[in-house]
Amino acid sequence: MNVLDRPPSPATASDILPPRFRAWFEAKGWAPRDHQLDLLARAEAGRSVLLIAPTGAGKTLAGFLPSLVSLARRKRAAPGTRPRGVHTLYVSPLKALAADIERNLQTPVDGIGLKISVETRTGDTSQVRRQRQKLKPPDILLTTPEQLALLIAAKDARDFFADLETVVFDELHSLVASKRGHLLALGLARLRRLAPGLKTVGLSATVSDPDELRAWLVPQVSMAETEEADEHGELVQPLSDLITVEGGAKPDISILASEARVPWQGHMARYAMPEIYEAIKAHKTTLLFVNTRSQAELLFQELWRINEDTLPIALHHGSLDLGQRKRVEAAMSRNELRAVVATSTLDLGIDWGDVDLVVHVGAPKGASRLAQRIGRANHRMDEPSKAILVPANRFEVMECQVALDANYLGHQDSPPMRAGCLDVLAQHVLGMAVAEPFRADDLFAEVCTALPYRDLDRPTFDQVIDFVATGGYALRVYEQYAKIRLTEDGTWRVTHPRIAQNYRMNAGTIIESETLSVRLIRRKTTSAIKRGGPVLGKIEENFLETLSPGDTFLFAGQVLAFQGIHEMECLVTKTQDDEAKVPYYGGSKFPLTTYLAAQVRAMLADPARWGALPDQVRDWLAIQSRKSAIPGADELLIETFPVGNRFFMVAYPFEGRLAHQTLGMLLTRRLERAGAKPLGFVATDYALSIWGRGDMGAMIASDRISLDALFDEDMLGDDLEAWMADSWMLKRSFRQCAVIAGLVPKRFPGQEKTGRQVTVSSDLVYDVLRAHEPDHVLLKATWADAATGLLDVARVSDLLARIRHHIRHQDLEEISPLAVPIMLEAGRERIDGEGSDELLSVAAEAALVEKALSEKNKFYSTKWT
Amino acid sequence: MSGLRRRFLAAEKTCVDTEINGETVRLDPSGVLYAPDQGLLVVSDLHLEKGAAFARRGALLPPYDTLATLQLLKAAVERHAPRAVLCLGDSFHDRRGAALMPPVFLEMLADLMRNRAWIWIAGNHDPEPPPQGLGGQSSAEAVIGRLVFRHEPTPGACPGEVAGHLHPVARVTGGGRGVRAACFAGDGERMVMPSFGVTTGGLNVLDKAFAGLFQEGAALAHVIGRERIYPIPFSSLSRG
Repeated sequence: MNVLDRPPSPATASDILPPRFRAWFEAKGWAPRDHQLDLLARAEAGRSVLLIAPTGAGKTLAGFLPSLVSLARRKRAAPGTRPRGVHTLYVSPLKALAADIERNLQTPVDGIGLKISVETRTGDTSQVRRQRQKLKPPDILLTTPEQLALLIAAKDARDFFADLETVVFDELHSLVASKRGHLLALGLARLRRLAPGLKTVGLSATVSDPDELRAWLVPQVSMAETEEADEHGELVQPLSDLITVEGGAKPDISILASEARVPWQGHMARYAMPEIYEAIKAHKTTLLFVNTRSQAELLFQELWRINEDTLPIALHHGSLDLGQRKRVEAAMSRNELRAVVATSTLDLGIDWGDVDLVVHVGAPKGASRLAQRIGRANHRMDEPSKAILVPANRFEVMECQVALDANYLGHQDSPPMRAGCLDVLAQHVLGMAVAEPFRADDLFAEVCTALPYRDLDRPTFDQVIDFVATGGYALRVYEQYAKIRLTEDGTWRVTHPRIAQNYRMNAGTIIESETLSVRLIRRKTTSAIKRGGPVLGKIEENFLETLSPGDTFLFAGQVLAFQGIHEMECLVTKTQDDEAKVPYYGGSKFPLTTYLAAQVRAMLADPARWGALPDQVRDWLAIQSRKSAIPGADELLIETFPVGNRFFMVAYPFEGRLAHQTLGMLLTRRLERAGAKPLGFVATDYALSIWGRGDMGAMIASDRISLDALFDEDMLGDDLEAWMADSWMLKRSFRQCAVIAGLVPKRFPGQEKTGRQVTVSSDLVYDVLRAHEPDHVLLKATWADAATGLLDVARVSDLLARIRHHIRHQDLEEISPLAVPIMLEAGRERIDGEGSDELLSVAAEAALVEKALSEKNKFYSTKWT
Repeated sequence: MSGLRRRFLAAEKTCVDTEINGETVRLDPSGVLYAPDQGLLVVSDLHLEKGAAFARRGALLPPYDTLATLQLLKAAVERHAPRAVLCLGDSFHDRRGAALMPPVFLEMLADLMRNRAWIWIAGNHDPEPPPQGLGGQSSAEAVIGRLVFRHEPTPGACPGEVAGHLHPVARVTGGGRGVRAACFAGDGERMVMPSFGVTTGGLNVLDKAFAGLFQEGAALAHVIGRERIYPIPFSSLSRG
């Protein structure tokens, strides 16, 4: 516990816990835990608190105890007065978690005999129930960030939240760093205005910087308006109180030591299936975590292929139909399943039955995520959780090993907080206008109390308002179509009820990739299509674009044959095939964290540490050091070699796929200028491979390419700017910003747009905007997104600084052992350069040749002018 | 390079001559067609004021699409100095587009129309005898020389027809790469023009909407590349 933050007075159960509560604890044979009493005492003193505790520490009860005590003491409302508003609001990142808490809270509420109403409000809540909640608000409302945005944008928000005393944020660490967190922070700022005495409680797993979360929980002070400063002249910002509960028993984690050969690349770990199956058989209930949906599908199918005992093994991921997911969750809580294959949909604290083993297939990519997932096993904090890591390829063996070390060290690597996104702010501004007319001065002051927007400057804020009103274009031709307008009394108001309706349909920051429902039909005939069949889930539209009718793919645990797209649905039939013809490659969506990357580099550079690795991985590295070289910890190894009629250059920065992708784009531009004729590149978490028609090895050896110049930090200047402006990633990022900011609607009332239609138009819109208004607020938002998340520019910059004058070049005659994985990798980037016209030219020439050789002159004449 | 910049660069590249129903026509990489014997410039699917059309429905898309489209059209008009310009329909994105067009754009358009004949063919987005008050003649279709101009292509064979509406694009793949670009689609007897507006999307010429329009085996996509126009038979194209 933090000594500096002692509660106002030391608390004991008899001091502050009402008798009814004490009796309940005693009847259960429990004693209230110190942190639960501590939190209660601080809350009673009016403090906001961040509670950091491991899974199983009674975090939820601690978070709600102050509200339960306060509600138990509250007098009944006088008859004839207006119904009381919500007393406590609970916000969780997952609606499933909210539902889970509703069940769990019922135990103490019933046990103590409290007359407290607890209800959830999520996307699944019926319209009838929502209406009833508005008329008679529950004492405790459990909801999600998106629903909160809608609640505060409602006309009756003032009454609904007038009696609000406490907001509890669960899994706060997982919320704050994202755009969702930004919207939530703005929502909290509004709640503080509606209910000025508001207290907050943040519940979080261990984080690297608790002060960020502490600041997030309490109103911040704008730079311009405070004189408080520490001895360095730095602004002293208000923080919430902090209670830290130390971790329980150390988890028992091992890396699967397989008899089989660990593959060079890939993400599926097929080789380990028999051993994973044995582990499932040896435990009561096993949770199997993977990083992507496609991995989940494949793992599930492979397990059933060898499931000779027909153990109940289920599948759970976000693309599956809601009903199916719910059935799995229900079966799980009844302890009817032996294993569940899951993606991050199960990362957060849903309470499962008696899970006694967690298997993590593929590298966890971050030590914090690993800790969180392992925490799913065995919900009692004093017993060790048991987990097995299954690396899918050889680099992952190293990654698992260092992640394992990191978990024991308790190292945390949550992503850093970033400045509040302007697209999110734009959405919030419109929402606040929908709620009631606002004055710009007041809203600006309110917004600046939210941590992510603390340093927002007024001109930018005004630009956002202008954007919301008329699009914010220098060419002012949209005044007549304004969404909000400054009225004579100095307030901004929405211009039309339709604007409010549109806002409600499009609120939130979760932009799903364009998906279509997958419907199973019996055969592809008009009558069978009419009859329909069950919906199996949702699938990305751009994956479907690669399919032709008859192609088979893996989805919802079965091999399906694609039949076509009909009325915005993907129609499939069952097949007899065992193997899907089209692999769905997702790769890992989580980039390797900086910390783990550094650990992998350190392990690689130090042969003394290879002892921890399996023989086959050790041999692989030993051959690498004989045939080429092992890079030092602060060195960048570059290998060049020919394969077929192409020349390859492979670099091993170990900085994560995103950073490598950015680097790949920048390097190919430079190589193109140097005459190396690059054709494409591929990036993994560990390495980057560029290939081309020019012999890059010879060019480096003869100093026609200088590696120091090639990797010079100046590439982050003009090259980055020129490339970013046209990259597809920026366009995708623009699309998200445009949807969040309300420029492009997710949905028009009564008219579902397909994602594809939005994509096409937003690309063109981006081009037009960039050509005519490069300083537009939405382009600012897009660039900020791309530079932080999408491109990992900061990491590329750190990398370039780190390796300056530490580049080691090996010109080889053939591929090296270390290069094998990346040479086998799928998912390549092509360079959009001279090549595109070449392709057209080849096709046109081929047609001419065919015409010249054919007997019949089929094509009509063309002549060049 | 942005798609828009590419359009402006392509507009400076070489044209290619071909024939439709015996009439010589010049295909311009900017996306217009010029019939030299008639001194006639043909442009299809301008979709002017598309941004504003969205703005009227609550999505405040940038108003610069009209500007960019008119700039491109101006360059094409200056290049060919036509006696007449024919707009092949969907000149405005919605039926109120012309009436509500900001004065700054109206003047640009009026400058282009000055001293030459101007024909508006009605499209499905602008079904009324279009642009009121803009001048020019309006018509559902027009016959000039051996060519007949209408917005929507007539199903089945229709020699001499020049139409728009479908926004044809072609996709060429090879060696694991792919290019998707706007094209003029024709078979020597008829032609479907690419859409000219800068924020208009496209439809693959292998889509069923194009089925039956062209003679089997003779269908060519004149694909607009970066450097020139490439004639590629439909049989060498890909879907998607």
